[in-house]
Amino acid sequence: MVLTNSFWDTAPPWLIKMKEDFILNFVDAGRWKWLVEGLGNTLLITLFALLIGLVIGVVIAAVRSTYDKNRESMEMQKGFGYYLLKIVNGICNLYLTVIRGTPVVVQLLIMYFIVFASSRDSLMVAIIAFGINSGAYVAEILRGGIMSIDNGQFEAGRSLGFNYVQTMIHIIIPQVFKNVLPTLCNEFIVLLKETSVAGYVGIVDLTKAGDLIRGRTFSAFMPLIAVALIYLAMVVILTALVSALERRLRKSER
Amino acid sequence: MKKFISIILVLVIALSVFAACGQKTDGKEDLVMATNAAFPPYEFKEGDKIVGIDAEIAAAIADKLGMNLVIEDVDFGAVLTGVAEGKYDMGMAGITVTEDRKKTMDFSDTYATGIQVIIVKDGSPITSLDDIFEFNADGDPVALKNPDIKVGVQENTTGDIYSSSAITGWGFNDLNEDESVKTDRVVRYKTGAEAVSALKSDKVDCVIIDNEPAKSFVATNEGIHILEGENEYAVEDYAICVKKGDSELLTKINKALADLKADGTVDKIVNKYIPKDGGAQ
Repeated sequence: MVLTNSFWDTAPPWLIKMKEDFILNFVDAGRWKWLVEGLGNTLLITLFALLIGLVIGVVIAAVRSTYDKNRESMEMQKGFGYYLLKIVNGICNLYLTVIRGTPVVVQLLIMYFIVFASSRDSLMVAIIAFGINSGAYVAEILRGGIMSIDNGQFEAGRSLGFNYVQTMIHIIIPQVFKNVLPTLCNEFIVLLKETSVAGYVGIVDLTKAGDLIRGRTFSAFMPLIAVALIYLAMVVILTALVSALERRLRKSER
Repeated sequence: MKKFISIILVLVIALSVFAACGQKTDGKEDLVMATNAAFPPYEFKEGDKIVGIDAEIAAAIADKLGMNLVIEDVDFGAVLTGVAEGKYDMGMAGITVTEDRKKTMDFSDTYATGIQVIIVKDGSPITSLDDIFEFNADGDPVALKNPDIKVGVQENTTGDIYSSSAITGWGFNDLNEDESVKTDRVVRYKTGAEAVSALKSDKVDCVIIDNEPAKSFVATNEGIHILEGENEYAVEDYAICVKKGDSELLTKINKALADLKADGTVDKIVNKYIPKDGGAQ
């Protein structure tokens, strides 16, 4: 204790000011708990929205790429399957247009005040809203990945006796996964940061936690920088995990 | 070389045009006031203009000081932080004088008083403040009576701070098992209007907000009412805040405010927005 005391006795004034600011913003009245709560909610929303987004994305990418790949052959047969696929594809297109054509804040508010008007669980509403939003982007990333695989790969699969689904699962998807991983990681980073608008519907997420501290201590520096650093740390960790995965997947290339 | 000179010339012309834009045409200094224009009748938007009691008093003060009033519409939290950090000259947004706020900013003399009231839906089981909070001996709320009740507030307002003092638990609801109160029982919205629309769709059970905006909200929304006789618990003084230590501006504002009070301008502005007969607007 003696050591620390003498350090603060001789510390420059700006450092003492920093210490006081730090204590005011994070220690007093247990304000750091806001940040922990906010971080928890941010992670919760991101994680579940990511899962919902992946499920929606995979389904829609499957529909859209199946339609694109098989349109010509199915058009000739004019079977029931063709019309069904055409309708489902149309619905998917509408979903993509609406979701990608409107800002996520607006979607969140529509979900909160109109679609789920009777729900009191704003966290659940936010998870669904962000999940549906993310699904649209994931779908297009995956479809782009599937369409980028050379047609020769399909033909090779078909000539080996695989049907369309088998070709997809055994030959195309493994290549797609490796190709889209960086873009998918990008989408997850965007999603994580987009959840910062959850405060609009009264959720205490990380950004809102910083805002609430700011509104009670009236100092801008500490809460904003702390929130920024926490987001940055999360993104750095996420990026590191994904590049580790990428490295592992690349081992098979040589 | 010619090209280089012509680029420089274009830049110089562009800069002088920008500089001209920044110059005051009438030589007056700007008085930048921060507010949150979703707080009728103190400040609200009429078309694209910000009007209300605060806006008119501020205009009268700027007039007295021979300055140009510039109104910035930002979040309520940003009004407070912005003034404390010196980003705006003064803040006027129905701001209540509190001890905590006094530590980081200076307040003028008060120009109005407000009281906190509770808005509920018609037919709500909540009939008094005691249905919402449990109180300690000092009369401060320390817990929520019924953990199923959700309270809606505007973030960082006195209603928020008042309600939040009843919430002591961790955010993760069940992390602290002996905490029966969940922190998401106080739902903080960006504006009072959002809190009221959340009340109307049953997202919260009551809204705690200042009396006058509450009256406006009740007047313009059907199916909600203010709990009568339950509004005496937090009488507050509204004042103009300036950056801590800016005593020069504060003295000028106080003097102008005193003059405006003396000649009846303040009363006239207040009466214009708040009819004396009890707000039957």
